[in-house]
Amino acid sequence: MPDTTVPNAHSNQPADAHAGVYRYDEFDKTFIFERVEQFRAQVERRLKGEITEEEFKPIRLMNGLYLQLHAYMLRVAVPYGMLDSTKMRRLARIARVYDKGYGHFTTRQNIQFNWPELKDIPAILHELAEVDMHAIQTSGNCIRNVTTDQFCGAAADELVDPRVYAEILRQWSTLHPEFTYLPRKFKIAISGAPHDRAAVQIHDVGLIAKKNGAGEVGFTVYVGGGLGRTPYLGTKARDFVPVAEIIGYLEAVLRTYNQLGRRDNIYKARIKITVNEMGPEKFIGLIEEEYARLPRQKYYIDPAIVEAIEQHFAPPPWENLPAVSAKFEAAKAADPAFARWTRSNLSAHRAPGYAIATISVKPIGGIPGDIEAEQMEAVADLAERYSFGEMRVTHEQNLVLAHVKQDDLYDLWLALDKIGLGTANAGLISDIIACPGLDYCALANTRSIPIAQQISERFADLDRQHDLGELKIKISGCINACGHHHVGHIGILGVDKKGEEFFQILLGGDATQTAALAEIVGPGFSYDEIVNAVETVVTTFVGLRQPGERFIDTLARTGHAPFKEALYARA
Amino acid sequence: MPVLDHGREIEDRWTDLADDAALPAEGGVIVSLERWRAERDALIARGQPVGVRLKSNQLATELVDDLAHLGVVALEFPKFRDGRAFSAARELRERFGYKGEIRAFGHIIPDQYQFLTRLGVDTVVVPADRVGPAWAHALNEISIAYQPALQDHGTVSLLRRHVKAEIKG
Ligand code: HEM
Ligand code: SF4
Repeated sequence: MPDTTVPNAHSNQPADAHAGVYRYDEFDKTFIFERVEQFRAQVERRLKGEITEEEFKPIRLMNGLYLQLHAYMLRVAVPYGMLDSTKMRRLARIARVYDKGYGHFTTRQNIQFNWPELKDIPAILHELAEVDMHAIQTSGNCIRNVTTDQFCGAAADELVDPRVYAEILRQWSTLHPEFTYLPRKFKIAISGAPHDRAAVQIHDVGLIAKKNGAGEVGFTVYVGGGLGRTPYLGTKARDFVPVAEIIGYLEAVLRTYNQLGRRDNIYKARIKITVNEMGPEKFIGLIEEEYARLPRQKYYIDPAIVEAIEQHFAPPPWENLPAVSAKFEAAKAADPAFARWTRSNLSAHRAPGYAIATISVKPIGGIPGDIEAEQMEAVADLAERYSFGEMRVTHEQNLVLAHVKQDDLYDLWLALDKIGLGTANAGLISDIIACPGLDYCALANTRSIPIAQQISERFADLDRQHDLGELKIKISGCINACGHHHVGHIGILGVDKKGEEFFQILLGGDATQTAALAEIVGPGFSYDEIVNAVETVVTTFVGLRQPGERFIDTLARTGHAPFKEALYARA
Repeated sequence: MPVLDHGREIEDRWTDLADDAALPAEGGVIVSLERWRAERDALIARGQPVGVRLKSNQLATELVDDLAHLGVVALEFPKFRDGRAFSAARELRERFGYKGEIRAFGHIIPDQYQFLTRLGVDTVVVPADRVGPAWAHALNEISIAYQPALQDHGTVSLLRRHVKAEIKG
């Protein structure tokens, strides 16, 4: 049985004792240290030439180690985005000791280190294991780190805490004997609320919590979503799978895919291609057949397991507070810059008197998602002071403190602002997702980080950003779409035209429960033109919008024509 | 080629027969699915043990009606990255209740060995220059598993179990 001990509320407990993270028991610890030693031996065997680089490659990938343009990159799993201050400080230490003093939060809620040396990797993995962390299955053709809603456990609209099932899936998928050599990588996202903040429809499998007629909780299952060169939104495979049956159902999905997914062409190997080449109905039929004959008892999630895991994610001891904080209201009235931050970076919390604060890791002109070791440590301190020592990484490459008293918000913001993390731009035009592009990536056609930086600088005026409202820009340096450009309100795709960088603009993507894929508006723009082109799209929107409309609302009403005209008429 | 069972080399009681090779008078043979289909009656009438090789794109379902006659099913790994045989083994055991030997051959690395045994594979064929302690070692490097194996029958928790590998020797 899982260890059910959760730190005691009275003794000398650490400042992050109530953080909503899963804490390893002896069983998990044994596993993780064995795994580190196994990798140490594998690295040695590779260095002695006992295994080839080709054979070593999937092994290192299974441990999160990539080879990039200039160096190795280590991608560390942040299970469903949850961190406590102990873990965050360890990540800071790794950045400082083994890397160049910074890390990079990814769109899958993980963190990457861009400059470690191969010889140090076993030591880094050991340091991670000491704080219940690892880099297992953050790459390779296996089930990847499961992602979820960054507001889990705090949002008011939640039916089930997705962390409980994300953790169950994490354990189930860890070194799964059958599904570790899949045709291609396999990404699962899970939302515990009907309002999808986890972009589930662009994942190989997406789960959204739902109640059936009898009031039981289960998941709607989507299969075959994905971005890349052939983007698809997921197809609904089952409207309702009871929570206790979800592993059995996923076994059926994975087994069907493992046997029938294409292995002749890596660009056609994702489940989205299998689903759509075969036809969703046929594929779903095969899943159902497999599911019908599985020994379901074996995969049934015992309520005792659920209960034991739920304890790790018990709500922290919130205080009984009035819904309105006089201190908070006064601070907003006195400091307009703070008031502006509260408009973009706060979300409603389920407990009265609390708020969810998004920490923007997108300072104006900065590299989206990059964070320095000192900032990590400062955030860990702030999390301890204001949010039970807990932090979340979002798929939009920001951080979240989920349980902040409204009374404390002003002090929190002042402290964040001092370390460059107080930008009032969450969800706004400078809150950009950008892939690494030519700065790091061997497959890139174009740069993408500098484009993000230039757009951010062009729209540096925060009042202007707030006036524009929610507007999501997502940039990829090639068709692999790591920057999610297909689901940007404005997507930017880097293409190579006779050796020159060009950038296509896509409009109308959406990664939420109203998911949609963006469409290309027309011919690409050069490196020097692209930021002007984005501004043209934005001013066109401002000219067309009706009161209260967001960019995508206006676009949905007017269609692409006026934007196209504005972009190409001036040429 | 050397055959491993529980990490140790064993005497192979099977002859792996090419499609154009003549049937030996005595002893068990493994033939391709195509040859099995063409010569099924004769192979059964021969009264000697027989098994079938499946390529990685041939699903376990191909053998549904034949399993009662087969002493071994041999699953090919054309590349170690091609993981279809993992599902084939599971299907043979779990879905079709196959009780005979399952062996894996082709390009397999020690790091896959424990997964194979957990899915019901009994023996692994390894090129002579790749035999070594790494195979037995691989069975015990990780003593924990988070999923039920074929051998587990719902008496243990879904997610966590200790894996005890028994090394023959
Ligand atoms: C720099 C080295 C990188 C390389 C060579 C690379 C390569 C690729 C490739 C080839 C794909 C397409 C896979 C497919 O469709 O089967 C892909 C997809 C993706 N990558 Fe990367 N990538 C890199 C970095 C990153 C980073 C840093 C992130 C996160 C910030 C990222 C996030 C993603 C995502 C979210 C997808 C998904 C699209 C999908 O699921 O279909 N990648 N990447
Ligand atoms: S989208 Fe292309 S350029 Fe950007 S990181 Fe992915 S593979 Fe590299």
